Amino acid sequence: MFQYIVARALWLVPTLLAMALVTFLVMHATPGSPLDPVAEGANPLSPEAQKNLAEIYGLDKPLPEQFAIFLGKAARGDFGTSFVYKTRTVAEILRETFPVSLLLGALALALAVVGGLALGILAAVYQNRMWDYVSVSLATVGVAVPNFVLAVFLIILFSFVVPLFPTGGWNSPRDWVLPTVTLALAPMGIIARFTRASMLEVIRADFTLTARAKGLGERAVIFKHALKNAFIPVVTLLGPMFAAVGTGSFFVESIFRVPGMGRFFVLSMTGRDYPMIMAVILTYGAFLAVMNLVVDLLYGALDPRIRY
Amino acid sequence: MALSTPASGIKLGGGLRPPSDTSPQERLRGQSPRSNESGEAARSSNLWRDGLRRLRKNRLAMAGGVVILLLCLVAVFADVLAPLPYTKTNFGRLNEAPSREFPLGTDQVGRDLLSRMIYGARVSMLVGLGAQIIVVLIGVPIGALSGYLGGRADICLTRFIDVMYAFPRLLFVILVMSALGAGLTNIFIAIGLTGWVGIARQTRAQVLAIKEKEFVDGARALGAGFGRLLTRHILPNALTPIVVSVTFGIPEAIFTEAALSFIGVGINPPTPSWGQMVGEGQQYIRSYWHLCVFPSIAIAITMLSFTFFGDGVRDALDPKLK
Repeated sequence: MFQYIVARALWLVPTLLAMALVTFLVMHATPGSPLDPVAEGANPLSPEAQKNLAEIYGLDKPLPEQFAIFLGKAARGDFGTSFVYKTRTVAEILRETFPVSLLLGALALALAVVGGLALGILAAVYQNRMWDYVSVSLATVGVAVPNFVLAVFLIILFSFVVPLFPTGGWNSPRDWVLPTVTLALAPMGIIARFTRASMLEVIRADFTLTARAKGLGERAVIFKHALKNAFIPVVTLLGPMFAAVGTGSFFVESIFRVPGMGRFFVLSMTGRDYPMIMAVILTYGAFLAVMNLVVDLLYGALDPRIRY
Repeated sequence: MALSTPASGIKLGGGLRPPSDTSPQERLRGQSPRSNESGEAARSSNLWRDGLRRLRKNRLAMAGGVVILLLCLVAVFADVLAPLPYTKTNFGRLNEAPSREFPLGTDQVGRDLLSRMIYGARVSMLVGLGAQIIVVLIGVPIGALSGYLGGRADICLTRFIDVMYAFPRLLFVILVMSALGAGLTNIFIAIGLTGWVGIARQTRAQVLAIKEKEFVDGARALGAGFGRLLTRHILPNALTPIVVSVTFGIPEAIFTEAALSFIGVGINPPTPSWGQMVGEGQQYIRSYWHLCVFPSIAIAITMLSFTFFGDGVRDALDPKLK
């Protein structure tokens, strides 16, 4: 077990290195430099000024050297100064925005797991009856429809038709509701689908029949015997779920004006803000890789049949 | 389609068209036994025709199919259907709500929203189908070769796939797009570069399983070469999961284009794209709701139709997977 954890943790290093390298190459393999004027048709900087700027930011060095310098600094948590927000370091911006994204993501994930499990159980217990149809259609819509489209519908419904929640912002818990729901619907749908399928399988299994035969109540059968076993395949989904919530947050954060990392990422993309882009991608990547590891360990802890 | 001459039908690419197209070829392929299929499929002797029959019975899937067909027609005949050119501005009539003259209203520069929506269908369908073709052309050969050859090449590929999987897909597409710049061709490239991984993995797994079967050994014993084995014997039998993965890949590509255009790194502006219309329109949602609501509805309907159809295809082709 311990060996397995160490081996998996060590695998994080090459994975992150590969991600950093791919990102670095893609960013630098293309024409256009951050020293070019941002606005179209604006006066270009004089060659001397460009040279000076390149020196300050280290852009004049050969690419392998730039990459090595970046890696060395990144290992110490220093991602340099943002090209777009010139007075702030990337680390500062991340420190400010990452907690916001993390809160939004955690809220959405919690809602997705709780809601998805509830919908899945309802659908399995009342198979082919109304609850089943309600939960399956909700799951299908959540999975199929992109979250920025869902956001539009939710804003129309719950901000205009029934003015319950604001259209954006991030000041009070009331502002959290719509972004969280929007972000949660897709993973919730996936969890509901899987829970339904694995619950249906477990409900028909022999040990459930035995539990019933012993005279256990319906509630105990469903929650103590069926759900525990049905939950295991659902746990494997949590890894990809983190990724879905992470990338989904770009759109949700920009629609609902949430000051999180996703919104900064989109802005840094158009501004060719190399340090910012590298930092955000690596942060996401590291976070996802760690979460995948946690999920795998959790999987083993939940199911004693799995050994490493 | 059933009338096409037998010889013209035997091509690998042909198998990737909808199931109905492949039936004549399947019959010809009698020498590659389908003993590996479940008993049910073996009895009816033709997996694809069998699947088509099951698909026809699935009402939700058929409804999805009909909507997809309509969308394709709209995309093809956009020039005829659109009441106005999509670039025609009218600065006297900005942001108008739906009326008799402009059934879906006008946008920020007075362009007819209905016309832009119709041309938007063209972009969506083009990206959905075109990107999938690229994905298949890259992913299937790589996956098949890696599975068939094994060894060091295979190890390299699986490692590479692992790293690609650690990368959130959309993040990578956005990265590639921001590097290449906006534009339809670049969307194809970005989706192709990132999308082949999944299908290569599928193909590899299938080829790995099939290459050990007796009929492959038999064909090899009869002197079939490497290329012939792969294209005539192994791949045709690996086609089912590939077809399923393509049906799900299409809506994913459409979603990716819409998402890219939404944040402004997708289609170049004068060309209308639903995603870009939602992205621009949602900023004015309070004052001009119609700007983002209609394209949103279009995206939702398209995605749902493809999902229903894809679910239907999967269930029809693989009765075990439900």
